[in-house]
Amino acid sequence: MTIPRFWREFEHRYRLIGTKCPSCGRVYFPPRDVCPYCHRESVGKMQKYELKNTGKIYSFTVVYQDIPDFKELKPYIMAIVEMDDGPKITGQIVDASPEEIKIGMPVKAVFRRIREESPSGIIEYGYKFVPI
Amino acid sequence: MQNSRVKLRWVSKMRDVVIIGAGQTKFGEHWEKSLRELAVEAGLRAIEDAGIYSKDIDAIYGGNMSAGSSTFQDNIGTLIADFTGLAINNIPAIRVENGSASGAAALHEGFIAVASGIYDTVLVGGVEKLTDVPMENITDVISGEIDREWEAFNGSTLAASAAMIARRYMYEYNAKREHIAHIPVISHRHGSLNPYAHYKNTIKIEDVLNSTIVADPLTMLDCAPISDGASAVILTTMENAKKLKNDGIVRIKASTLASDFISLHSRDNITSFRSTIEASRKAYKMAKLEPKDISFVELHDAYSIFGMIALEDLGFFRKGEAGKYLEEGYGNLDSKLPINPSGGLKAKGHPLGATGVGQVVESVFQLRKQADKRQVAIQGMH
Repeated sequence: MTIPRFWREFEHRYRLIGTKCPSCGRVYFPPRDVCPYCHRESVGKMQKYELKNTGKIYSFTVVYQDIPDFKELKPYIMAIVEMDDGPKITGQIVDASPEEIKIGMPVKAVFRRIREESPSGIIEYGYKFVPI
Repeated sequence: MQNSRVKLRWVSKMRDVVIIGAGQTKFGEHWEKSLRELAVEAGLRAIEDAGIYSKDIDAIYGGNMSAGSSTFQDNIGTLIADFTGLAINNIPAIRVENGSASGAAALHEGFIAVASGIYDTVLVGGVEKLTDVPMENITDVISGEIDREWEAFNGSTLAASAAMIARRYMYEYNAKREHIAHIPVISHRHGSLNPYAHYKNTIKIEDVLNSTIVADPLTMLDCAPISDGASAVILTTMENAKKLKNDGIVRIKASTLASDFISLHSRDNITSFRSTIEASRKAYKMAKLEPKDISFVELHDAYSIFGMIALEDLGFFRKGEAGKYLEEGYGNLDSKLPINPSGGLKAKGHPLGATGVGQVVESVFQLRKQADKRQVAIQGMH
């Protein structure tokens, strides 16, 4: 799959920059232009918010499927991480073996290579998580 | 319920909508047939079953999720209307894409069109042709249903999502892994009795647990297969149906639809689907029925855990308790609550856009008592 070029230019892929609703104080990642609770109150007012890189595993799985982009990693650990700032984020857990992963385990986000378009193509980076 | 959107004041003004025809292809691997041939086959069967002519159809709503990414054919509403012989009638022919709910969404659109009085007779169909997609690309095509940018890009898949839901469900409710495996076991038992089913084999709990791991804790036998297939129903008004002297009329007492945050990570809770709760509560109200009045349920077991969660969200069991009841035998054809008499997505098959309409086709057969060996008892009918 070729991904839209502009995705690579999102700063929130590289640093965990979400948004905060000035009306209710909720923090969102990925960033949103509209707060689903405050709607119009929030439009045009959402503030950039850099999340702390720490959180806890909310749920996880070990993926054994053949997916062209992630073949070399198979099997790999996918998780939903509940960040200390509130939002939950979907990402891989790396530098760990599946047996040691548990719900509630503290992790932190790190900057890693996600995939490459082809052997000589563009390399795309983003966040993954490692146990603390 | 929070944010309830139940608006029933117009229900008394709606026209009664009935299904007068139902048809489908077998679900499975159709290497010798194209997307258009499958769709036409199901559509013509429904038209013939209804005892109408194709010229009587005012509009077509066709559910399909992946034609563009799986076969590079878009504009399939027009394609199918054309090859059903309706090009010279120039009727509206609309493709409805709503992920795995595409077929159910097409039915909802057809229902609204007839109930409102805009159209009298519509064909609602669903079709998917997936076996032409190379296996290594198919997971990617199906991942089009989740958030490509924030889930799939990072390595998640639909199966991974289901697995994370299953793990969280087991964690929150202290549920046993075996409990979840009852869903595919039931679907296979019923699918073995359905001539339209993709798989005819029966399986045991141990088979599910010991099958190849797809996304831990879910195995291959927790996951519905990749199927080709098409299904169709003809909707019209009660008034029209009576004129036709059609003896297979099935009334749609309610058709509802709801949505939620697309990504799991944006939901407060992933062990319950708010869209299912919202849509079902609205449907019960519209139909003036309660869960205890339901004779059987066709539910979306694309992954076993989705079936468990649906049973709870539809109001049949309290949260975390579905497993206990399944263990006691609920779900079987002769139980208090037969589940997926068709064989469900797991055994009958899961041709995405055709799936929801196919479950309606099965429901029509059941309510007409035409379901042969897999017939369930229908409450209030003798």
